Amino acid sequence: MREHPHPAASPPTSPHGGEVNGLKVVGKPLPKVDAATKVTGRAIYADDMLPARTLHCRILRSQHPHARILSIDTSAAKRMPGVLAVITGADLPVKFGILPVTQDERALEHEKVRYVGDPIAAVAATEEEIAAAACDAIAVEYEELEPVMSTDAALRAPRDERIHEYGGPNNVHKFVTLEFGDVDGGFARAERVREDVFFYQGNTHLPMEQHSAVATYVDGRVTLWSSTQVVHYVHRALAKVLELPMHRIRVIGAAHGGGFGGKTDPFAHEIIVAKLAMLTGRPVKCTLTREEVFYAHRGRHPVLMWVRTGIDAEGLITAMHFRSALDGGAYGSYGVASTFYTGALQTVTYDIPAYRFEGCRVFTNKPPCGPKRGHGTPQPRFALELHLEKLADDAGLDPVDLKRRNFVKPDTRTVNWLRVTSCGLDECTDLVMNASKFRERKPRPGHGMGFAISSYLSGAGTAIYWNDMPHSEVQIKVDRGGVTAYCGAMDIGQGSDSVLATIIAEELGLQPADVRLVTADTDTTPIDLGSYSSRVTFMAGNAALEAARRMRALLVEAVEASGKRYEDVTFEEASVLGEARFGTLTSAGSYTPPKIAGPYKGSGVGPSPAYSYSACVVDLDADARTGIVTVNKVWIAHDVGRAINPLLVEGQVEGSVYMGLGEALMEEQVFRKGLHKWPSMLEYKSPTFLDVPEIETFLVETVDREGPYGAKEAGQGPLLPVPPAVCAAVHDALGVWIDEIPVTPEKVIEALRRKEKGEPARYGPPHFPDIPYPPVIKVEPPPKDLDAQAASS
Amino acid sequence: MKDELARDVERVVLTLDVNRERFELLVPVHKTLLEVLREDMNLTGTKHGCELGECGTCTVLVDGRPELSCLLLPIQLEGRPITTVEGMANGSELHPLQQAFAELGAAQCGYCTPGILLSAQSLLTENARPTRDEIREALAGNLCRCTGYTKILQAIELAADRMG
Repeated sequence: MREHPHPAASPPTSPHGGEVNGLKVVGKPLPKVDAATKVTGRAIYADDMLPARTLHCRILRSQHPHARILSIDTSAAKRMPGVLAVITGADLPVKFGILPVTQDERALEHEKVRYVGDPIAAVAATEEEIAAAACDAIAVEYEELEPVMSTDAALRAPRDERIHEYGGPNNVHKFVTLEFGDVDGGFARAERVREDVFFYQGNTHLPMEQHSAVATYVDGRVTLWSSTQVVHYVHRALAKVLELPMHRIRVIGAAHGGGFGGKTDPFAHEIIVAKLAMLTGRPVKCTLTREEVFYAHRGRHPVLMWVRTGIDAEGLITAMHFRSALDGGAYGSYGVASTFYTGALQTVTYDIPAYRFEGCRVFTNKPPCGPKRGHGTPQPRFALELHLEKLADDAGLDPVDLKRRNFVKPDTRTVNWLRVTSCGLDECTDLVMNASKFRERKPRPGHGMGFAISSYLSGAGTAIYWNDMPHSEVQIKVDRGGVTAYCGAMDIGQGSDSVLATIIAEELGLQPADVRLVTADTDTTPIDLGSYSSRVTFMAGNAALEAARRMRALLVEAVEASGKRYEDVTFEEASVLGEARFGTLTSAGSYTPPKIAGPYKGSGVGPSPAYSYSACVVDLDADARTGIVTVNKVWIAHDVGRAINPLLVEGQVEGSVYMGLGEALMEEQVFRKGLHKWPSMLEYKSPTFLDVPEIETFLVETVDREGPYGAKEAGQGPLLPVPPAVCAAVHDALGVWIDEIPVTPEKVIEALRRKEKGEPARYGPPHFPDIPYPPVIKVEPPPKDLDAQAASS
Repeated sequence: MKDELARDVERVVLTLDVNRERFELLVPVHKTLLEVLREDMNLTGTKHGCELGECGTCTVLVDGRPELSCLLLPIQLEGRPITTVEGMANGSELHPLQQAFAELGAAQCGYCTPGILLSAQSLLTENARPTRDEIREALAGNLCRCTGYTKILQAIELAADRMG
């Protein structure tokens, strides 16, 4: 027999929390509650639905990257037998967008198009082939405008009109300039200062499931089933664009075939099928083609970065200045938040006493970028980790030591007001350094090892639209021994349903499989802000914990009133006693993050109730002849606070490492004449079974004081250290710096050629563009004892 | 136009052997096996990721061997046994591969899972005790974006041990 990881899974290390005290199901590697449904093919994804009389929708999309629409003639399409409705932008004129400040999209554009793939018209027909033929029969007259295809081009004055009428000068969308503490003073007292430029190429989510939505319109109410990560945001967008009150719209999350951030915006096709269902009175379905998914995008922003850091004689950071330029593509999406995120979390891993951040996002005529796993933070993490490696080299210090000396400490505030609670950076670093024998590695030509760390949010501390309401709510109903929990959270495969069931089962003394779940349905479940921002375990978990404890209190009261102890009766008995005493047994819990944002504009991006931490070592071989990099093994330690289910946490960590390797080595979105160069799964390279090395995962439990049972996030943070660790390992192997990802063989060969010629042994962007940032806004750092009371309580 | 399309579409009567059951179907001759399974037979366990033979998501077994249903026409398949994920379990008892995938968390979003299960089933039929590298090789055509493949490899090994 081989050794199998389950059920004898190695217990997580618990430096602070000790043993998983008295917990019955929390901390156990139990199967997901929906596992049987998933492995039998019974899970119903949006495209699996085909209600009677369903019409099929196809969308006509722009073939030009930038053009004014002069006319749209749908008459021939409308005449085609089998076509029941054709709509254009005139039918859906209301603008929408995920952020309140960037309502810049239409479900169908009728004035101008801003990228190849911008939707223009949509057809509902009895067969998909007819809908496609009808789209071909729509005549659109364009006036082509100069396409803006790069950050440099976007910073120049446009020859024709700007892509959008709002934003900064030329095609700048957003500037952010902030300074915390005395940056000039910090550089003045530095023993050594270094500047570097890095580039992180854009890439996309590539979920296995294409976006899909089905809408019905019955009795004046729209129902939409969709492959979305956030039913609530789709609900809001539908209400706005369809101009219907929210109670006349129901959004249900179908089984979800992969998101990674790519299904977090409301999408045109979701609005279009709802409108077509309203017009035709029949169910309407739209499933994007794989090519359309590449153009729908909302993925990783390409980001150019410049960073300057000073260190003192001890290697302690005295000041940092960070600049980012994000190529945002054609629309706002989450871009304002993305821009802030490229500057927000540097301080959460390293103690930076003075920090200046200048960020800029530009519009270009490419598919819009948005949030992908790590949202706006893998790019600066890549830059920061490699920059510190180089700074250590300059100073003759060991890079791992230099980083360790600057690690943040638990229960501190960063200079930009971010509240750090639990922090397992030291434990994570020890685990991967020891397991990988990083220090004992023997030099061998072409072999290298690299180290990097990271941190990520356990959910954003502020909502994307300003309000004082909870971010997550859970209701529990108990009757005749059965437990049903209701929550708006969407299980996108990460196991959020299992987390809810586990927490409720733990509190009530049941098994997770005993808890029935109703989730992600805006009619029947209370709000949850969705599966993004790594927020669900922390926020929905806390709401579930509160609801379950309230339910338990009711049951305990009823049992004790009967003269028994809760522990001595079965759950069924307790339920019967409770129902007899109180009538219908219901409880509710909710979670609102603490108000910890700093007193400055933009302080809403970055705060989180808790941060996860990761450390990673990559071992690889880099072939100097071919430039091919082969990763042999990855060790990763992740401070998850508490693993509610270690099996699922490991799955998130392993998936993050895999996705980080894809970004580091092969995945990239490249455009030629406005067209995606590789809009297919064959040409857009992603790692296969043959490309992913052994991944050794360590879970560190720091037991965060505000997380449910101490839990923090796991789904995004572990991606972040992988790309810089890969590049550090390539440098270790070949002595060349690859300062941009993906690390393709061509880049490695070119860097080696430069090294041979005596040029700087590096491949990367030569310089950072001259960006007309507005004057920096100075913010006082927080007082030292700001959280002293909370930390000691 | 719709009438023309209807006239242009050649339909054929087919008998397919799917999951040990015989089905008589009247389908447009150009429809792929993937489309017929999903749309005409309501066997939606077979998923589609690209419909171009690139991702392995739509894998089914034909004569026990993995095939991409998006590239097959049913007319080629009369008289040949086809297995989809719906045919893996023995009644309500999961196939050992399904059981191991569930236990070890090898299915996250679950969308690639049916195709991977069937590729793995075919592998284990031919090679009851594959090495990890043999599993990687056999499954190289099946993409997964969630798991990083690690738990899938572990689950296939666990199933192989239990079946062996």
